Amino acid sequence: MRRISCAKVAKTVANLCQEANLFLPSDVLASLNYAASREVSPLGQAALSQILENNKIAAEEKIPICQDCGTAVVFLEMGNEVRIISGNLFDAVNEGVRQGYKDGYLRKSLCHPLTRKNTGDNTPAVIHLYMVPGDKLKIIVCPKGGGAENMSRLAMLSPSVGKDGIKKFVIGTVEQAGFNSCPPIVVGVGIGGGTFERAAFLAKKALLRSTNTPNTDGELNLLEYELYSAINKLGMGPAGLGGSRTALAVFIGMEPCHIASLPVAVNINCHAARHKEAIL
Amino acid sequence: MKVDLTTPLKDEDLAKLKIGDEVLLSGIIYSARDAAHKRMIEALDRGRTLPFDVKGQVIYYMGPSPARPGQVIGSAGPTTSGRMDAYAPRLMEIGLKGMIGKGMRSQSVIEAMKKYQCVYFGATGGVGALISKSIKSAKVIAYEDLGAEAIYELIVENFPLIVINDVLGNDLYREGIEKYKQGGKIAN
Repeated sequence: MRRISCAKVAKTVANLCQEANLFLPSDVLASLNYAASREVSPLGQAALSQILENNKIAAEEKIPICQDCGTAVVFLEMGNEVRIISGNLFDAVNEGVRQGYKDGYLRKSLCHPLTRKNTGDNTPAVIHLYMVPGDKLKIIVCPKGGGAENMSRLAMLSPSVGKDGIKKFVIGTVEQAGFNSCPPIVVGVGIGGGTFERAAFLAKKALLRSTNTPNTDGELNLLEYELYSAINKLGMGPAGLGGSRTALAVFIGMEPCHIASLPVAVNINCHAARHKEAIL
Repeated sequence: MKVDLTTPLKDEDLAKLKIGDEVLLSGIIYSARDAAHKRMIEALDRGRTLPFDVKGQVIYYMGPSPARPGQVIGSAGPTTSGRMDAYAPRLMEIGLKGMIGKGMRSQSVIEAMKKYQCVYFGATGGVGALISKSIKSAKVIAYEDLGAEAIYELIVENFPLIVINDVLGNDLYREGIEKYKQGGKIAN
């Protein structure tokens, strides 16, 4: 058994929260540069220039990429041979979020759903824990802004609608989301998963993939390409000002589902597709 | 067209603006988002005055991240405007002339903009670090307990904006889609 202390987990999470909010992953930056080289509309071009300049300023001057520093979504890939010591793992993650958002001058955006009173420290984090072989703990922090998250949707489709029905739902969701979700967007799609909540998880997890890696499943890779092309024909463009670059990427995650169901979730990420990981 | 504008805004300034115009805005503007709007409308319902006189003014839908020591403000980009649709016509009625945010407005807000002569400006979403450079001073003037959702008085210089809805009821978002949509229906 390998021992990892809660203090170490908290410190790592705190650093990841700060870094994720200042430095966009290099693959997302590359996709933004590619979009800028292909965009046909002048206003869309101008918006992309602002986005690229913004990322430069954020990194150089330590001003968060976006004022919405997000809900802290934290993925924990825990090796079977890891033992967490000196505390509770989830408490450690929340302590890391608390510290990271305070020390990093990040906006605290979580509140009571009814009274709307701010929790004051951006907790609780949304934590997804799963076990993998080995003796490492991989921590991925994905700050998720409210604007794009609000435009995400889940449908329990009838299996009879098939692939065309899935496409229609994904594209329809993006059409509704378009202007509000800070395009060019990254679209995470979860297909299947035994039940309702699993499809949403698959869509969220799909957002973590690098924009420069293909889907390992050939059929899904093709479906991703078809959706990406269709979305970029919608005409919304960067910042919704009209143009040919509405999506940076479409990622699909898929798992088997119940014979009666076809769950499909669409989780939308803004162009500030932030995530940062560390391996302990 | 590129236009330089300074607040407070006058009807004759607004009459010249067309959708797609690139505006550089300077002067005093006020930040307010969900919670501050709710309070302002409640104040009006009770016959009270607002924390600032909205006549000729511009409201920026924004809640900043905290400033680091030595900075005027943290990241300061727009939030989704649609959430303020329920409150906006009431403020236009008493003289609001401009709104800054991102995303589509409802038809009733667009109608109110025509009726009361008010313009909706889009700021690019997700470029809060860049926009912070246009903000020269930031001071909380009301509802401090709301934290990032408090009302800030901001002095801005050359804040880059695009006219999304003009006083004639035109909509840049709808026009953009018509102009750039390819191949009509794509999903069956």
